[in-house]
Amino acid sequence: MRGRPVLVMVIAGVVASAIGIALGLTIHWFPTEASTQLGDIKTLYDVIIIVSVPVFVLVMTVVIGAVVRFRMRPGQEDQDGPPIHGNTKLEVLWTAVPAALILGLCAYSYVVLRDAERAPAATAPKEINIAVKGQQFAWTFTYPKDVAGGKALSTTELVLPEGRSVKFDINSEDVLHDFWVPEFGMKIDAVPGITTHYRITPNRLGTYPVVCAELCGLGHSVMRSTVHVVTEPQFKKWLGGQNKPAAPQGASPAQLAAAGKQIFTGASGCSGCHTLSDAGATGQIGPNLDQVLKGQSDAMLHQDIVDPNAAIAKGYGPNIMPQNFGQTLSESDLNALVAYLKEATQ
Amino acid sequence: MSLRAPGLPRAGLGALIGVGLAYAITVVARALYGWDPVVDGEAVLQVALIGAPFGFLIGLGAFDYWFYWAAGRKTRPEDHSSHGAHSWKDYFRVNTDHKVIGIQYTVHSFFFLLVGGMFAMLVRAELAEPGMQFVNPNAYNGLFSVHASILIFLFIIPVFAGLANYVLPLMIGAPDMAFPRLNALSFWMLPMAGIMFLLSFLAPGGSFATGWTAYAPLSVDAPIGQVFFTIGVQFAGASSIATALNFLVTIITMRAPGMSFFRMPLLVWANFSTSLLVVIATPFIAASQFMVLLDRALGFSFFDAAKGGDVLMYQHVFWFYSHPAVYIMMLPGFGIISEILAVKARKPIFGYRMMAFSLLAIVVLGFTVWAHHMFVSGMQEWIRVPMMITTAVIAVPTGIKIFSWLATLWRGVLHLDTPMLFALGFLTMFTLGGISGVSLALIPFDIHVSDTYYIVAHIHYVLFGGSLFTIFAGVYYWFPKMTGRMFDERLGKWHFWTTFIGFNLTFGPMHLIGIQGMPRRVADYSQQFATWNLFISCASFVVGLSTLLFVYNMVVSWRAGARAPANPWRAMTLEWQVSSPPPIFNFDTIPTVVGGPYEYGVPGAVHGVFKGAEVKTTAAPAGAAPAGD
Ligand code: HEM
Ligand SMILES: [Cu+2]
Repeated sequence: MRGRPVLVMVIAGVVASAIGIALGLTIHWFPTEASTQLGDIKTLYDVIIIVSVPVFVLVMTVVIGAVVRFRMRPGQEDQDGPPIHGNTKLEVLWTAVPAALILGLCAYSYVVLRDAERAPAATAPKEINIAVKGQQFAWTFTYPKDVAGGKALSTTELVLPEGRSVKFDINSEDVLHDFWVPEFGMKIDAVPGITTHYRITPNRLGTYPVVCAELCGLGHSVMRSTVHVVTEPQFKKWLGGQNKPAAPQGASPAQLAAAGKQIFTGASGCSGCHTLSDAGATGQIGPNLDQVLKGQSDAMLHQDIVDPNAAIAKGYGPNIMPQNFGQTLSESDLNALVAYLKEATQ
Repeated sequence: MSLRAPGLPRAGLGALIGVGLAYAITVVARALYGWDPVVDGEAVLQVALIGAPFGFLIGLGAFDYWFYWAAGRKTRPEDHSSHGAHSWKDYFRVNTDHKVIGIQYTVHSFFFLLVGGMFAMLVRAELAEPGMQFVNPNAYNGLFSVHASILIFLFIIPVFAGLANYVLPLMIGAPDMAFPRLNALSFWMLPMAGIMFLLSFLAPGGSFATGWTAYAPLSVDAPIGQVFFTIGVQFAGASSIATALNFLVTIITMRAPGMSFFRMPLLVWANFSTSLLVVIATPFIAASQFMVLLDRALGFSFFDAAKGGDVLMYQHVFWFYSHPAVYIMMLPGFGIISEILAVKARKPIFGYRMMAFSLLAIVVLGFTVWAHHMFVSGMQEWIRVPMMITTAVIAVPTGIKIFSWLATLWRGVLHLDTPMLFALGFLTMFTLGGISGVSLALIPFDIHVSDTYYIVAHIHYVLFGGSLFTIFAGVYYWFPKMTGRMFDERLGKWHFWTTFIGFNLTFGPMHLIGIQGMPRRVADYSQQFATWNLFISCASFVVGLSTLLFVYNMVVSWRAGARAPANPWRAMTLEWQVSSPPPIFNFDTIPTVVGGPYEYGVPGAVHGVFKGAEVKTTAAPAGAAPAGD
């Protein structure tokens, strides 16, 4: 009489665990897997599901079983349960088993972590080292000379060859950011004053989002970029097409403005915060440039960029726009930007 | 309405004087240094935020006794004129009765639950669709930052202090807390912090918007609203440190004769452990915010990398408080659940001593895991693995508690009323939060999901499904004792089921969108998450509405509920052995404890007997006569 309901619970628990695990393993939890690292993390997650579903089911079955079997029935209002105070064997068991499970999970995670962070073997294709710079509210990627062909190459979108390990060296210009491509799995903060690292090996062609995962202020949610994983030949071809100077010496005003447009929509991240119809920018964080720049002189435009607190558009507070464009943009970039803004708004 | 007598009007005046003084100080200081312009809004505000609350407290009369004493004037030490409440107005005065303070704390905290909940509703309204609809990104960041800060610093932590303030002295057979005036002061520091958090919305540049974690250097560069957080947290923290000291001394020195440590109810153990955590950990958040303040106000460069500062130091100091803080928000709930499960299952707590030891184990381990919040912060790599192991190992004492509660249920006679439902809801939901917690300890998985909605889901399973469920359970359970009235059981059950279902529909899917790649703290998100976010927002409004059921039930039952008997649950602990509500000095005769607190089903067992001497109103601490058991 007493054994049977427990048997029912055991069976129900096993069945529920099986269903729970099956469900847990079929749900598409993760984004498309585009790096070997994310692959290992997904396997780890499967193991987590297999271990934790039965634990949860155990608790649920006991609670539901107790509620069904031992709920107070009419007439029992004044009854008490049996005065059981403890059971040493049981207590040792439920200390030891979880401890063992948990240490097992830790050991396995350690292996996964080591694999994820290990440098590629000497026989593998040569690793690419890319510098990542976070800045309110944009990412800049710099390819080293030896990869880019003689001269370092800075871009605002990331292009990676499939199958080659990539090591990112990450730092920040201003506040904390966090460099994350969900499809790659790994992430780390960009910290002012230090350089952080991680590596991934892309293993799937495609285009994926780059996001900032660490709250970095107003534009945090629009601090996005794109990464393209391409084949090795495509990568070479793309590298070859870069590295032409944006605005060569003595450029015509039209060339200058074209270069400025590139800076506006790309590296400096202006378009993340501002609206400017000519550039197709629809940012909502800063003033609408179509409206506020009308009739400004070159000098004023220049000042708006390098010293944004000097004149603040109505309805906006100070210190919202980054203060450091004067340092991060070269003089020729600034000239190009000013030329472009002038052309686009007047 | 005299401005000379202590009270709210004088407190308002005091606050104004505080502001005036702050203004004068900054002007004089700046003039002495020859700085120009003489008036700097930010400087005045920073000093005013420190000065005004002190003016308020002095005006309120929180320091009167100490001032009289310091000035050698006649104090009124033991007449207890400020003891007990005779009308609702007494709840708005400085009162030294732990029962009044307990209710002040609890009601005040629930007010802030509603305010913080409102902000959550606004956050979810904004997130219902991609793009920006109701607020701009700055206001959005402010909303979720204030939401989290209010719920943590002005709801969960203080409401536990409130419930314990009410029941703990009763449970250990003491006439009051050890330091009644300090107790009152602790409470009155909280409204200060709360008002500051809310006033921040009026600051130029908006409210503080750097999350409740206020990471540097963002918080150092943020607009002036940030200072409302930096300083507000100091008052909330000072309040909890003072309360914790008070609990520790009360528990150690004021137990009734015969109440040995191993005859204490587990709620007392839980608050003992929590208080240890608070006393050791809370100074660290004070430190982190002082450093931010010094960086902001005086140009120190703790966190300015360009001047040799160390950005990561902020996180180490902050999490050295804030990880233990999650146990500050859990352990008192563990105590509440132990009380309720034993009474409602009519069985002794299974493995009582292990339950007490596991609390202490959590206290110790709680200090060894802070850097698990920093796996992706860029700190030294070697710290990660030891932190993974200690973090995962905390699951063991936590598991011991869960299994002991389950064993307590087994073969009991379960009374499935509202407190019990919330207790069972807590058991299952907290288990889920604990499991996702273990998954976050595993470094590679944490690297993928940290700073995503998976974290938001985990936080809420722990804080909402965990802490808040225990709080609801406790409020229903002690409602008859506190108010002398019974609550409406039917409404209570409705409240439970709507909350339970709405809660799971709201926070369950967040695990999924987090793993899929939705970062947390974003005002806007990519189109692929639109469907789930709409779903989540709708579910969250159900939770919001269910809370109104609770408020309605509490207000109506308090005013016109059925009269509560002294011991409606047939519980054994001491607080139920006196009338509901209890007499003004708790006990008419000092109880003597003769047995364990949970001996249900043991024929003839009692926890305490009342046949000692009459309690004198001068009530010296009863002292703890150690007694073996
Ligand atoms: C229906 C009720 C609630 C809803 C809908 C809700 C909603 C949210 C949302 C959407 C966020 C994420 C903000 C973000 O990261 O972008 C959040 C954060 C948070 N909430 Fe709640 N919340 C609720 C109740 C609570 C309760 C009861 C507590 C605590 C007792 C709480 C504590 C927190 C904390 C600590 C955070 C972290 C904020 C951060 O990321 O900095 N919430 N809440
Ligand atoms: Cu960022």
